[in-house]
Amino acid sequence: MTLGYHGAIMTPTGSLEARVLAILAHHAGREGALLPVLHDVQAAFGCVPQEAVPVIAKGLNLSRAEVHGVVTFYHDFRSEPAGRRHVRICRGEACQAMGADALATRVLAHFRLDWDGTTSDGAVTVSPIFCLGLCSVAPAVQVDGAVHARVSAEVVIRLAEGGT
Amino acid sequence: MNRCAEKDFGTPGVVSDRMVCLTVDGVGLSVPEGTSVLRAAREAGIDIPKLCATDSLEAFGSCRLCVVEIEGRNGTPASCTTPVADGMVVRTQTPLVARLRRNVMELYVSDHPLDCLTCSANGDCELQDMAGAVGLREVRYGTEGANHLDLPADESNPYFTYDPSKCIACSRCVRACADIQGTFALTIEGRGFASRVAAGQAESFLASECVSCGACVQACPTATLNEKSVIENGVPERAVTTTCAYCGVGCSFRAEMRGEQVIRMVPSRDGKANHGHSCVKGRFAWGYATHRERVLKPLIRARTDDPWHEVSWEEAIAHAASEFRRIREKYGRLSLGGVTSSRCTNEETFLVQKLVRAAFGNNNVDTCARVCHSPTGYGLKTTFGTSAGTQDFDSVEQADVIVVIGANPTDGHPVFASRMKQRLREGARLIVIDPRRIDLVRSPHVQADFHLALRPGTNVAVLAAMAHVIVRDNLVDMDFVRSRCEMDAFSAWASFVMQPENAPEAVARVSGVPAADIEGAARLYATGGNAAIYYGLGVTEHSQGTTAVMAIANLAMATGNMGRPGVGVNPLRGQNNVQGSCDMGSFPHELAGYRHVSDDAVRGAFDAMWGVRLDAEPGLRIPNMLDAAIEGRFKGIYIQGEDIVQSDPNTRHVAEAFAAMECVVVHDLFLNETANYAHVFLPGSTFLEKNGTFTNAERRIQRVRKVMTPRNGHEDWQITQMMAQALDYPMHYDHPSQIMTEISALTPSFAGVTYERLDALGSIQWPCNATAPEGTPVMHAPGFVRGKGRFMITAYVPTEERTGPRFPLLLTTGRILSQYNVGVQTRRTANVVWHKEDVLEIHPHDAEERGIRDGDWVKLASREGETSLRAHVTDRVAPGVVYTTFHRPETQANVVTTEHSDWATNCPEYKVTAVQVSPTNGLTQWQKVHDDFAHSHARVETVAGE
Repeated sequence: MTLGYHGAIMTPTGSLEARVLAILAHHAGREGALLPVLHDVQAAFGCVPQEAVPVIAKGLNLSRAEVHGVVTFYHDFRSEPAGRRHVRICRGEACQAMGADALATRVLAHFRLDWDGTTSDGAVTVSPIFCLGLCSVAPAVQVDGAVHARVSAEVVIRLAEGGT
Repeated sequence: MNRCAEKDFGTPGVVSDRMVCLTVDGVGLSVPEGTSVLRAAREAGIDIPKLCATDSLEAFGSCRLCVVEIEGRNGTPASCTTPVADGMVVRTQTPLVARLRRNVMELYVSDHPLDCLTCSANGDCELQDMAGAVGLREVRYGTEGANHLDLPADESNPYFTYDPSKCIACSRCVRACADIQGTFALTIEGRGFASRVAAGQAESFLASECVSCGACVQACPTATLNEKSVIENGVPERAVTTTCAYCGVGCSFRAEMRGEQVIRMVPSRDGKANHGHSCVKGRFAWGYATHRERVLKPLIRARTDDPWHEVSWEEAIAHAASEFRRIREKYGRLSLGGVTSSRCTNEETFLVQKLVRAAFGNNNVDTCARVCHSPTGYGLKTTFGTSAGTQDFDSVEQADVIVVIGANPTDGHPVFASRMKQRLREGARLIVIDPRRIDLVRSPHVQADFHLALRPGTNVAVLAAMAHVIVRDNLVDMDFVRSRCEMDAFSAWASFVMQPENAPEAVARVSGVPAADIEGAARLYATGGNAAIYYGLGVTEHSQGTTAVMAIANLAMATGNMGRPGVGVNPLRGQNNVQGSCDMGSFPHELAGYRHVSDDAVRGAFDAMWGVRLDAEPGLRIPNMLDAAIEGRFKGIYIQGEDIVQSDPNTRHVAEAFAAMECVVVHDLFLNETANYAHVFLPGSTFLEKNGTFTNAERRIQRVRKVMTPRNGHEDWQITQMMAQALDYPMHYDHPSQIMTEISALTPSFAGVTYERLDALGSIQWPCNATAPEGTPVMHAPGFVRGKGRFMITAYVPTEERTGPRFPLLLTTGRILSQYNVGVQTRRTANVVWHKEDVLEIHPHDAEERGIRDGDWVKLASREGETSLRAHVTDRVAPGVVYTTFHRPETQANVVTTEHSDWATNCPEYKVTAVQVSPTNGLTQWQKVHDDFAHSHARVETVAGE
């Protein structure tokens, strides 16, 4: 048993609908439940699947369009699951000033990816992010939720490949 | 600039007692507190540029074009989101704002195709207007960068196109869909430069939740959402204000024209019933007026199995008149009758009943309200004293508790439903009493507090149980009852409802509604503030239809929910002019204004005006006419605008009756089912082709204006007049306004109604007379029309239509949004994309027991007959209940319905039929026979040489 971002119990098995309904049940009666539900859905599935949107809409008595609008507004909600390691490179002004662009170019070239791409073996996804708020220790990246500061391209590649 | 456009003030008007004084560009203004600077300026003729603002929507503040400078304030605030303040000094044209506006426009135009000359919105585009208004002269950014110019258009909706390449992402469509229509089918997908309007989950409009009301199209300032009729034909050049001819909401429209061609129908902002909104039918489904199947020349034939042949108007009228004369001489004057139409104007209806009473010489006139709201007329007249709803539609804005009984407003009365949903989103509570889980029970942002999913036919029991709770728990408004109602009748009623069979626990067993839900709903209705009841044919079309109407009236009186805005008893009337046709004396026992034919004084006034002696005996109702025809006593009928064979219950009985008549004259747009039994067919005119008035469900009389020459040659009132003249009864009107003059002179509640006043006021709600010269929005204030309100005993008597081993399920019927009644008009429009066939809704439990899967053909059988259609398996209906619509003649739903009817008014019990459902593989024998018959009886012999 695992707990989602907002504490919902992540049922690892069952149909997509049943799993989404379980998440909705956890948030029943909560005001403004959409974002917490979406976080838990993404935690459960690695993304917000298109097929989950009608279930969420019906559960929260919203239209499908409203849920779709919210999902697409936030870059963090994905339509496909990310790779096993998800690297986010900060592209805020401070990081750019400290060479984040060159760092990103090298990391993307190393994995032969465009922004938001995932390697063919499903190991690594590299995304941009604005911004991690670590301006004083730029350039900064986030790997699977953990932040790392004053990194070099080599460090980012090592982290992405599972090193520490 | 669109020459037809109504003035747009940018933000909604505000009502306030306090006025605020400000100066805009040196002009002193005084406007209600809360008004935006944008609106204040625009009302004074100072047109601050704008794109994302329109006065049907709350200010949004996204386009940054309406920026102004305000003395003493920093920066350049958006005038749409800035409320006026006392002493404010606003400058709308300064070098600073001019530069800002030009720069903003430059950015918009840098991602917009520069194809104005060939664009469908050329001449009707706010972006184009604003580029001119801000003096845009160059676009420094070029068009080489990232843009949206290659995005493909979505043509899926039959009536409008969505072309995202022209979208400026102002959100007007998204907000219109949410705030005005309440469907929430649109969103802005993505963010920043990637923001785009998306329907549903970025799918086609047709596949999304969109209901095609067109509010988004109307709100769009560019060609992004544009009517296909405009794309094909060009922008309109003139507009004529008229009234929709579909449902009883009575939306006011501006018919936007090029010459005599309708380009589009745009709901009028000034329309007091619809306030600028419409549904898919009114806005888009008017193509039937020019449909190739419309009959434009009169037809006659000697026998109904002969083919029709075309004749001149003179010959057709002379033939009909000579047949009516022959029948009268042979079988007596009572052998003739007529049916008025709730689709036609007041004036036309008035003439048809006048023809029957004065020229036929009897009172055998009835109308299609017989089969819908006749129990409303009887029930409300008995309890309140007048046969009409008590409120205007605006009243819903002040309701705290809304009760919907036996109605499906989002499908049947969609524009009013949108207003109701606005109020529900503001926090009003909702009680739905309906066997089926209609959309209002739960749809985005609307959730009923109680859904009493009662067994069909048990309305009266449930309403009595609610009354029981109200009396038992001392929730009666005794001050209201004492001062406004008959106390003896109240006391008798109070002891009646307290009888044990009316207790919620007892009624729960009868109705299937849990006692706790009945109790909760009753308490909410009685204690939740202003409580308003809206009901439809699910109340009236029962053997106890009138009883249920009176039970509703009892509840409203007992709780004091009468005689002020926000409360009342509101029948949602089905047809555009069903209120009017009843008002005009279409019933066999009543003259105009609901006065009984036996009243010598009333009849005397008509005798004097019409130069005849009217019969003091009530005539035959439609079912009586049909029975008399089968008995050989009723031989000739003139039917204006009603398809009795398809719409009345027990089709086989109706067909037999028509087959027994010697002269059936059908006056209609199309060869309908009834025309298969007709000897004379008189082509009718559409609402676009005539002048007159319709009266909507809130008693609002509104003008219908001719926008094109009648393609059939005559307006309908002229055809009835020709018929009267051919029967040697003089009728000489040059214009419907003269008919209205006669109606006003003969009808006290219409005394003050004239075309001049209608033109001046826009519309008038009757009664309109010396005491209420501008009409009456809310009735029964301060006293009831009949003096004191009268409580009626409403004992529940189960219908004789019972389920049993052979017919274990209960069938109930209804309508869907895209289609209208028997579909004569809507089936001849692109609305068929939303409804290709009638289907039978059946609960998964009942379907499984019978081995029925979704989409299977099933046979639907009752004691009267059988038909077949496809099944839709859904838990929207309760186990034991099945549901279908009746929009298509192939379905022949009324082959199944029975002749049980309301005890007081003969309104058929359409809403309850015991049936069995079984799998089948195709059409029933009746459907095949009917198809052959319809085919062979609708042949038209074409004249050689034409």
